[in-house]
Amino acid sequence: MDISNKDRARELPVQQIDVFTDTRDILAHANKAARKRGFEDWLICDVDAHHTETISWHELVQYIEDPVIRHQAMLFHDEKMGTASYGLNGDMGLKYQDVGGRIPHQAGIREKVDDGVHRDVTLSRRAMSALGVDYMVLFPTPMLTLGLHPQPEMEVYLGRAYNRWLIDKVLSKDDRLKTLAYLPFNVPKEAERTIEEFAGQPGVIGFCVPSTRHKPVHHNDYMRVYAMLEERNLPIAFHAAYHWQDQSLSTINRFLGMHALGFVWCNMVHMTNWILNGIPERFPKLKSIWVESGLAWIPFLMQRLDDQYLMRPSEAPQLKKLPSDYMRENCWYTTQPMETVNMKALQLTLEMINAESQLLFASDWPHFDFDLPQEIYDLPFLSEQAKRNILGLNAAKLFNLDPTPRKTL
Amino acid sequence: MAEYLVCSEDEIADGGRKVVACGEREIGIFRVKGALHAWHNMCPHRQGPICQGRIYPQVIEPVDERQEVRTLQYNEENMHVACPWHGWEFNLETGRNAGPAKYRLHRAELAIREGQVYVVL
Repeated sequence: MDISNKDRARELPVQQIDVFTDTRDILAHANKAARKRGFEDWLICDVDAHHTETISWHELVQYIEDPVIRHQAMLFHDEKMGTASYGLNGDMGLKYQDVGGRIPHQAGIREKVDDGVHRDVTLSRRAMSALGVDYMVLFPTPMLTLGLHPQPEMEVYLGRAYNRWLIDKVLSKDDRLKTLAYLPFNVPKEAERTIEEFAGQPGVIGFCVPSTRHKPVHHNDYMRVYAMLEERNLPIAFHAAYHWQDQSLSTINRFLGMHALGFVWCNMVHMTNWILNGIPERFPKLKSIWVESGLAWIPFLMQRLDDQYLMRPSEAPQLKKLPSDYMRENCWYTTQPMETVNMKALQLTLEMINAESQLLFASDWPHFDFDLPQEIYDLPFLSEQAKRNILGLNAAKLFNLDPTPRKTL
Repeated sequence: MAEYLVCSEDEIADGGRKVVACGEREIGIFRVKGALHAWHNMCPHRQGPICQGRIYPQVIEPVDERQEVRTLQYNEENMHVACPWHGWEFNLETGRNAGPAKYRLHRAELAIREGQVYVVL
């Protein structure tokens, strides 16, 4: 056969993806899929994506309000060697998400970034462009376990510093980047102060409680927080995480088992308390979002709580409907990590949660179990309107965002 | 049917690879135990760039006669490529998933003529 120039294969510039590979190269297939599906005309809101705030921790600690703690933190970063970020409790370094290096973007993103623009702005823009996303809601990463810190005040110092730093360095630079600001939930009065200070700030579209903590969400101390959010029509998100030191997970020896349960367990506990204590009855207009626990847990909890409630209604006297009714009408859910091996189960799940109005697309980029918008688009059992709602229009309504697509693919 | 010239045969060493675009399609060519194997660069999970992933030996956990385990080990007889998006693993010779056999890579046909490697699509 005669081989002409046009029949020569072209060697790809990236032969093996590693931690230095550009986000746009890692996600090249995603971008191709987005163009193929015509996402240019679809509003796509990514309600849960991440940045690694500890890379900028030396900047962030300068935003700590307390002058003594700020001074300590700055000296810590100037002088100490071989230590973790100041003030973070972490999870004892048990971070095996990258599966022994098999998923490099989870281990680290070390690509070159543009001068003059904050690293997190550049990386978020690259991810948005590659995935076909119009708005991206950013969450921190190591700070998600700060609710377990032995010093409750450290959550206050660092949570506020994070909010101020994020707005100043990242959110104010690109109005397509948003956040649900960090609520120092272990100190309710400070959570109230946080709402007063940050509601209405650039890019702040609600508030987030990192879910790994041992404070009961139904405690009377939190009622003012919920009232303030309801009055301002701002949602509260419970962002899940894992915590291997949780005694209930202490027999699990495989990261995949701990991660599979840990990311769900914290939100199952909070949701159970949220519903059985009648928080949706007390604050009917307060919108709660349950983030990064996937979806498969919801049908189980709905069935379980409904059955138990009907046998013991005297223990949940505030309820006027089934627990599953509140979970379907007053709660919103992010998609990721969307369990898809059994598609019939997924279809039933989406029906049970009324996904057409309650489900919000989330990528969780750049974490190892990230999802892509195409996964919603390709679901065979959803109408086009349902797909458009899940991918962006539900979020636009919830967060009062302009539903006009902003991206260029 | 179209043929795409990739490179000379000796450009892909044992344990090495060449990932190329043939028109709109991407193909990864790997040499394992001396033989070449070509796979579409499309993970069956989420269409990720499987052929651009890292290569690892299969991980095994030997069970002794008492049904006890002690260490994890690498089995160098089975080389796997791990998708860099989500970690799905496939045998580079058979294309079979490290777990359920129903998940497989899509093989691409190769032709070798006069020391040159061609992808046939």
